[in-house]
Amino acid sequence: MTKKFVLGIYDDEDVLLQAIENVRAAGTKIYEVFSPYPIHGIDDVLGIKRSRLPIVAFFCGLFGMSFALWMQIWMLGFDWPMIIGGKPHIALPAFIPVTFELTVLCSAFGMVITFFIVTKLKPSLKVNVFDKRSTDDKYVMAIEVKEGVTDISALNNLLRSNGAIEVNEKEVTK
Amino acid sequence: MTEERLIISRKTNNKFFLMIAIGVVLLIAGIIIAALSGGHQAEGHGEAAAAGHEAAHWSKRLYMNLWLNNVYFTGIALVGVFFVAVQYVAYAGWSVLIKRIPEAMGYYLPIGGAVMLITFLLGGHDIFHWTHDYLYNQFLEDGVTPNPQYDPIIAGKAPYLNFWFFLIRMVAYFVLWILFFNWLRRNSLNEDLNGGTNYYHKSIRISAMFLVVFGVTSSTSAWDWVLSIDTHWFSTMFGWYVFASWWVSGLAVITLAVIILKQNGYLKMVNANHLHDLGKFVFAFSIFWTYIWFSQFMLVWYANIPEESIYFIERLGGNGGHFKWIFFVNLLINFAFPFLVLMTRDAKRQMIMLKIVTIAILIGHWLDFYLMMMPGTLRTDAGIGFIEIGTTLIFLGVFLITFTKGLTKASLVPVNHPFLEESVHHHV
Repeated sequence: MTKKFVLGIYDDEDVLLQAIENVRAAGTKIYEVFSPYPIHGIDDVLGIKRSRLPIVAFFCGLFGMSFALWMQIWMLGFDWPMIIGGKPHIALPAFIPVTFELTVLCSAFGMVITFFIVTKLKPSLKVNVFDKRSTDDKYVMAIEVKEGVTDISALNNLLRSNGAIEVNEKEVTK
Repeated sequence: MTEERLIISRKTNNKFFLMIAIGVVLLIAGIIIAALSGGHQAEGHGEAAAAGHEAAHWSKRLYMNLWLNNVYFTGIALVGVFFVAVQYVAYAGWSVLIKRIPEAMGYYLPIGGAVMLITFLLGGHDIFHWTHDYLYNQFLEDGVTPNPQYDPIIAGKAPYLNFWFFLIRMVAYFVLWILFFNWLRRNSLNEDLNGGTNYYHKSIRISAMFLVVFGVTSSTSAWDWVLSIDTHWFSTMFGWYVFASWWVSGLAVITLAVIILKQNGYLKMVNANHLHDLGKFVFAFSIFWTYIWFSQFMLVWYANIPEESIYFIERLGGNGGHFKWIFFVNLLINFAFPFLVLMTRDAKRQMIMLKIVTIAILIGHWLDFYLMMMPGTLRTDAGIGFIEIGTTLIFLGVFLITFTKGLTKASLVPVNHPFLEESVHHHV
């Protein structure tokens, strides 16, 4: 199945940001914007919702902390009690370094793994590069053409009137 | 960019003076109460008093409070200079809009130096056990009888801990700090007038030199002013510990001052992004302080060597459990509270959250210094009453007067700073 995209090529960051706002205001849905580097403020103008990754981080951290405390208390307090350095079996200050490390580890790994899953980032992922210049010095705004629409001159005009230096069409096989 | 001048109204200034006046009244009331009850006790326990068990004299408590508050506020003022220096050396752009605030904090340093010197000269014996001459004489005056008060451990520290060297160091710290503060400030003000990047590059070099000086003096001053109170005890973490406490308190003062100025219509170009970065600083260094606190505690707790663990025994079960509540409140208010409250992005971008946390941190780290100083000196006679609150109010009032006066001396926006534009457009 192929999908048709209209690509607006921009060569200026500020023009691009303004164009995104105008295109969205005109009621056109933007499929994706490609840029060689992260652009400050682009999330807001694209209307991308804030990532919920920090929530994942918190709960993974909480899990790591609970797991570490449970593991140490159970192992050293119940399963195989040992006296170490004359301290009580359950000596909390001694458990804190391990608890801290496991909290950080679980939080970090949890975040990375969740990120991979959510973004479907895996070795077999096939990425459509709409225009190779978006990895160099151009910004590419991709708009999906609705099925059945053959005349793209309206989109062409909209992009050009908002500062696109080129407007191309591209068909992508999904 | 337009200049922005802070105007401190007569009314605001009067509030500061009122704060000092209330402080003085409370202090006098506290001293009278302490003197009356102290005298009473001495009468009732004549023998005990003769044996050296009398309640601490009110003057000792007064000197301890002067010392505590002065070390606390001097540290905050010093952190202001340190903050500016760090920003220069890091080529930081985001902080330019708020840089005049830490800069003005340094104006307290000369007052801090004077009070420190006077308090040490008048109350040195009450604050520092090691200042007593009898500790150092192995024999009594006849040269044969062993001196029962001779303390070989303290005598061994005499090359470093002696009156003159201590005094020279204290003067040297303040001379160096004030010198660098004035140097940085002068460049900053000249930059406002003349522009160009020369002042900026020069400031980076001055800052780099100051950081070296600060790296050494922040540690040694912590040994001198805080660690040497518990003369027998030592900790290699202590310089860091005091620095962490000063640093996070200083960051809290900067953040709080930015918010208060902003809420009064100043610092128009400062937005949530700058507050976010300040919030991150406060959040991160609360955790840093805890890390240092724990590193010091755990090694002592684990090794459990009497001469080391005495420090924490005095603060936990020792002294009749007198300081136990402060010990735990210290951890709650300086770690758990900022950690949980400032964790989310939204909290760091909201003035009300930052305000609550920074005020809590400022109280918390005052208690932290209290806990470092009081158990080794006042012991069970320590308390938090009129004397403590009064002295703190006086110092707070004086600090606010010098700080706000410093702020009014220059534009709040460093108009010719090369990174000003970057700071205006700061986005996180």
